Amino acid sequence: MSKNQMTGAEILLKALTDQGVDTVFGYPGGAVLPIYDEIFKQNKIKHILVRQEGGAVHAAEGYARSTGKTGVVLVTSGPGATNAVTGLLDAMMDSIPLVCICGQVPTHLIGNDAFQEADTTGITRPCTKHNYLIKDIDDLARRVHEAFHVASSGRPGPVVIDFPKDVTMAKGDYIPPTKVVHKSYNPQVKGDIGKIEEAVKILSAAKKPLIYAGGGVINSGPAASQLLTQLVEATGAPCTLTLMGLGALAASNKHFLGMVGMHGTYEANMAMHDCDAMLCVGARFDDRVTGRLDAFSPESKKIHIDIDASSINKNVHVDLGIVGDVGHVLEDMIKIWKSGRNKVADKALGAWWKEIDGWRGRDCLSYGASDKVIKPQYAIERLYELTKKQKDVYITTEVGQHQMWVAQHYGFEEPNRLMTSGGLGTMGYGLPAAMGVQIAHPDALVIDIAGEASALMNIQELGTIAQYNLPVKVFILNNQYMGMVRQWQELLHGGRYSESYSEALPDFVKLADAFGGVGMRVEAADDLDDAIKEMNATDKFVIMDIAVDPEENCFPMIPSGAAHNEMLFGPEDKAASPVSEEGMVLV
Amino acid sequence: MTPIHEIESSHTMSVLVDNEPGVLARVIGLFSGRGYNIESLTVAEVDVTDNLSRITVVTSGTPMIIEQIKAQLERLVPVHGVSDLTVEGPHVERELALVKVVGKGEKRVESLRIADIFRARAVDSTNTSFVFEIVGDTGKLDAFISLMGPLGLVDVSRTGVAAIARGTDVMEHDL
Ligand SMILES: Cc1cc2nc3c(=O)[nH]c(=O)nc-3n(C[C@H](O)[C@H](O)[C@H](O)COP(=O)(O)OP(=O)(O)OC[C@H]3O[C@@H](n4cnc5c(N)ncnc54)[C@H](O)[C@@H]3O)c2cc1C
Ligand SMILES: Cc1ncc(C[n+]2csc(CCOP(=O)(O)OP(=O)(O)O)c2C)c(N)n1
Ligand SMILES: [Mg+2]
Repeated sequence: MSKNQMTGAEILLKALTDQGVDTVFGYPGGAVLPIYDEIFKQNKIKHILVRQEGGAVHAAEGYARSTGKTGVVLVTSGPGATNAVTGLLDAMMDSIPLVCICGQVPTHLIGNDAFQEADTTGITRPCTKHNYLIKDIDDLARRVHEAFHVASSGRPGPVVIDFPKDVTMAKGDYIPPTKVVHKSYNPQVKGDIGKIEEAVKILSAAKKPLIYAGGGVINSGPAASQLLTQLVEATGAPCTLTLMGLGALAASNKHFLGMVGMHGTYEANMAMHDCDAMLCVGARFDDRVTGRLDAFSPESKKIHIDIDASSINKNVHVDLGIVGDVGHVLEDMIKIWKSGRNKVADKALGAWWKEIDGWRGRDCLSYGASDKVIKPQYAIERLYELTKKQKDVYITTEVGQHQMWVAQHYGFEEPNRLMTSGGLGTMGYGLPAAMGVQIAHPDALVIDIAGEASALMNIQELGTIAQYNLPVKVFILNNQYMGMVRQWQELLHGGRYSESYSEALPDFVKLADAFGGVGMRVEAADDLDDAIKEMNATDKFVIMDIAVDPEENCFPMIPSGAAHNEMLFGPEDKAASPVSEEGMVLV
Repeated sequence: MTPIHEIESSHTMSVLVDNEPGVLARVIGLFSGRGYNIESLTVAEVDVTDNLSRITVVTSGTPMIIEQIKAQLERLVPVHGVSDLTVEGPHVERELALVKVVGKGEKRVESLRIADIFRARAVDSTNTSFVFEIVGDTGKLDAFISLMGPLGLVDVSRTGVAAIARGTDVMEHDL
């Protein structure tokens, strides 16, 4: 025992500070009062008081995804911890680094159904990368440092620290981060050089190469996106991105084919289907991307770079798996590519691009323009046009049709600019995420592109946004429906719109006003540009409620159970190919 | 014929883990959560100084599933190493069972005779019952138990499989 012993709460705050934490998103309660008392006494770490713990986790996700740092959450025991669960799983699915500290009843009461007790480690075990229950004050500092290491290294993810109240008050010694060694957890970052050489051989021998990159490139840091761009340009290969990867290659890059998958572009999906060599870079062959597995890219040799060995050969069998960090592997790959003067045969590549240009000519993202109603795609196009020259813009989305239209019609030129819930598809993600982004980037223009139904799922966070004067913009594409649900009901259930109408919507203008922000309502296409300009120029938070075509569906689309070359392009297509029974059971 | 990639086979995996609370729950949760089979599972501390336990799990699946199981196990933070003994070379598997047989007369004599053939030991006996202890691989235990069936078998308790590589090989793991 040393003489400068500290309480658990003091140790926690010191450890967070030493980890470089500047912001904590949280909500107090009995089990965490000693920690809040410590927060009160210091001013290095800023605490953001949310309105519901779910909001804190999504805010931390937005903060983390837009900065590359680890997001930090603090909640109380029992209901505080259970409210955080959805966000934790969301972060798990999308590989977002978080450390979530949960209060817990004192150790001697654990297991007694004590007031506000929950088996937090039990509940969060399958939805975290790892979790700890701290029973001994002497473990505390080490565990906190370990939590940050686990959350941010390898494949990032959420880590929970369950922190009993008696331990927050007990006294112990602090250990700095440098003194912590990890026995069992050491992710591999360098890729096997022999395999990288083999990958280069496969790519240079290809006639129809394709690079398919995803969220792992963004996880790896901005340098990885630059390396991806270099590789794309060195090989001359076309490149498609997943929803989670958007921005890893600039949307304006001529090699970019648009997003792949269920609502991806025709050219990206056809290229994926027809390519003869596929290099998957930090993407995980998600079912939204592959479509029907037995018809997935039947002719290609597949190479997969992923830091998580369990992502390789999970859904799709690949010919060559390279375990390692995207940045490290791409750096080696480019070196080898250039040193061997490798080249994809010009003639073959030319023919391949010609084929691709043919698919591009299909102009699959076009939609029936209208001067009567505002088409949601048009609203996003205008938003893009009127924000793309601004230097610091971050977009978050909710979940639904609007999310897909963002992916299709908003061009992301850089990584970390789009925050969206991809794997879990959590409605209510976008507003708190935007709040977290704005806190990390106070001077940026941060816009949550929302559906009216999703927007209501965490609307209480307007209180937080107001409290901290965050000029977040909520751009609601109000189609009065849970549009994505309505679209599937139209396609699969005979147009019986069971419970998918957004009944009794609030007056969003008054709602904004009630929270101290600015509300706007747009009903005519002609008013859209002025409204967007006004929104962008407003230094308060804005809710912009845009009445869009309630019937519009999101195309193109690979219906569930179908293959990449069986896309639907518009309403006229749907009768031609009814969805199969097997397709119906898929989500 | 079933294509090779669809054939399911049984694999014995040896998993070296930190002996800490919740580690078994993590492993079991992984199997139940992802729908993998557990045919047998044993766990005990094997290294007191380094505080390590060894979990031996017998599971089955297609080659792709088996590869997944190994990768998923390796992903768990307190896991030091996983070896798929079935593919990594010759190994020894042993299991112990306690088998209770109740009966009189001819059947009782017959059960003793069979126990003798299997080198099972009677570790408890009354006038009308025996508890046999038998050690061997899973197949041997299965055979013994099935022979005891008609001879008054009333209860079985099995340890599950413990396994280790043959020869001088030591399991690779980070420490
Ligand atoms: C309504 C809706 C519709 C959707 N439609 C589509 C669609 O049409 N198209 C589409 O693409 N998605 C779509 N999605 C998203 C989809 O569900 C998945 O979230 C997404 O496809 C996964 O992206 P990803 O493969 O890039 O993987 P991520 O989830 O981003 O995973 C990253 C992968 O990279 C690895 N990795 C992480 N860090 C590193 C590193 N440093 N180095 C190497 N590897 C690393 C990880 O292990 C993981 O395998 C939709 C979602 C919703 C909600
Ligand atoms: C928490 C949660 N509940 C339910 C769903 C299922 N779901 C997916 S999209 C959607 C409708 C979203 O409606 P809206 O926000 O208005 O967006 P739109 O599709 O109309 O653009 C629903 C209910 C979900 N993704 N998340
Ligand atoms: Mg809607």
